[in-house]
Amino acid sequence: MSGISIVLVVIVAFLAGMEGILDEFQFHQPLVACTLIGLVTGQAVPCIILGGTLQMIALGWANIGAAVAPDAALASVASAIILVSGGQGTAGVDTAIAVAVPLAVAGLFLTMIVRTISVAIVHQMDAAAEKANFGAIQMWQLIAIALQGCRIAIPAAALCVIPAQIVQNFLNSMPEWLTSGMSVGGGMVVAVGYAMVINMMATAEVWPFFAIGFCLAAISDLTLISLGAIALAFAFIYLRLSENAAAASAAGAGSGDPLGDILDDYE
Amino acid sequence: MAERIELQKNDRLSVCLRSTFLQGSWNYERMQNGGWVFAMIPAIKRLYTTKEEQSAALKRHLEFFNTHPYVASPILGVTLALEEDRANGAPVEDSAIQGVKVGMMGPLAGVGDPVFWFTVRPILGALGASLAMSGNILGPILFFVLWNVIRFAFMWYTQEFGYRVGMEITKDLSGGLLKKVTKVASILGMFVLGALVERWVSINFVPVVSKVQLSEGAYIDWDNITGDAAGIKTALSQYAGGYSLEPEKVTTLQNNLDSLIPGFVPLLLTLLCMRLLKKNVSAIAIILGLFVIGIVGHVIGLL
Repeated sequence: MSGISIVLVVIVAFLAGMEGILDEFQFHQPLVACTLIGLVTGQAVPCIILGGTLQMIALGWANIGAAVAPDAALASVASAIILVSGGQGTAGVDTAIAVAVPLAVAGLFLTMIVRTISVAIVHQMDAAAEKANFGAIQMWQLIAIALQGCRIAIPAAALCVIPAQIVQNFLNSMPEWLTSGMSVGGGMVVAVGYAMVINMMATAEVWPFFAIGFCLAAISDLTLISLGAIALAFAFIYLRLSENAAAASAAGAGSGDPLGDILDDYE
Repeated sequence: MAERIELQKNDRLSVCLRSTFLQGSWNYERMQNGGWVFAMIPAIKRLYTTKEEQSAALKRHLEFFNTHPYVASPILGVTLALEEDRANGAPVEDSAIQGVKVGMMGPLAGVGDPVFWFTVRPILGALGASLAMSGNILGPILFFVLWNVIRFAFMWYTQEFGYRVGMEITKDLSGGLLKKVTKVASILGMFVLGALVERWVSINFVPVVSKVQLSEGAYIDWDNITGDAAGIKTALSQYAGGYSLEPEKVTTLQNNLDSLIPGFVPLLLTLLCMRLLKKNVSAIAIILGLFVIGIVGHVIGLL
């Protein structure tokens, strides 16, 4: 990698690290982070494919409450750098993904460390608030964010300076059974993310929609966009129908069973 | 009576932009408090002039706070309205402001997590990823642009909404519009999840279940195909006519499973993961376990 590429990669890594905690612009999502690294290193296509594949795995990873999800930022940045310096192009995507998952776990610990350091930072803010010192509070906030950025930028920089030859040798030394097995595993790991999401959302009310979506997806002519359109249509129909039902019963116009009403009135 | 001090649109926009950094100093002690006070600073500067008042306001907003980062916006809106009243002499106690923040953060996080993390992001992410997996850069661009447009529009309009309705917001949110949005989002989400499980969870059982010798005329008889253009044409037209390429029909375990319901095993795997997660098995453990199963399965020739 050239000097300029390395600087740009470190900048991308810094953004991804900040976003890993902020969760706003989504620079830390594999789709975005891998693509950016691909663009600045001139290997866009393999990195975009890597980003897309990792994104599928990471769909359900989310920071909820005090819990932190596996770290998408470190996983996507580091695996993209390894993909680029490994020099295998698109063929290296599977191996890069196999490397990404343990990194996602390692990233978790780095996040926890920074979050602990931040306790000390907010105490500095308390002291600044005592003196109504706006500047100091803002400075500490920015320092805290920058720390989160460095959490990814420093490992990324380290990975960049490791000679490509070493990375290549390491990747070539991985036996076939390991890499193929990992890619088989990768196909299944996607399910964990979905399971996390479904656990959050599932109620008896919405399960039927899951079944419809599952069956319709087997028709491969339907793109995700058309599936989305069908889903929206179902949602609005359902909402309208349940509102009508609620309105009808609220109006007290019977038991909600027209036939039953007729029979009751019949004498 | 002195003229009422009001927050200008600029101040509110500045608060909204700063709330982008809400989670920047996320810490184990008071969570999003640093980011919260960072967002409130433009308002505090506008509303309070003496050092004592400013210091008190800063300390008031350094208390514990944690919610979903986007739904913090309506809470910021309400808090801005309360602080404005207070600065103009209304008897708004510290505890009232604290109460509104704490009272709103729980229920709203309950809306923000499923809507943003579990509906919008998986859907946009899957859409972008499915394009990206074929190397199309439109995938990431689409994801990034759509997400940020939705996010910023949500943050700004809900903050303004919160500011306008002040205290009323908690009442409104418990029923009405937001409930509908949540319901539509969860239906949409579940539908698309069903589709994603079918499409993207991949398990392929390779063991061969049966090999059947096909009868004469059901497969392309390669020995009688000439090597020139006419031969290629014959072979292609026979293939299009439903002839098999090989004289034997190989059926793998996967073919049998697919003829029951396509994607049945991925569905079972997903349900198993859900159950394990509910039993508090950590996601990381499941992920690592699946990799081990993948490797072992591949080595013994099952997967």
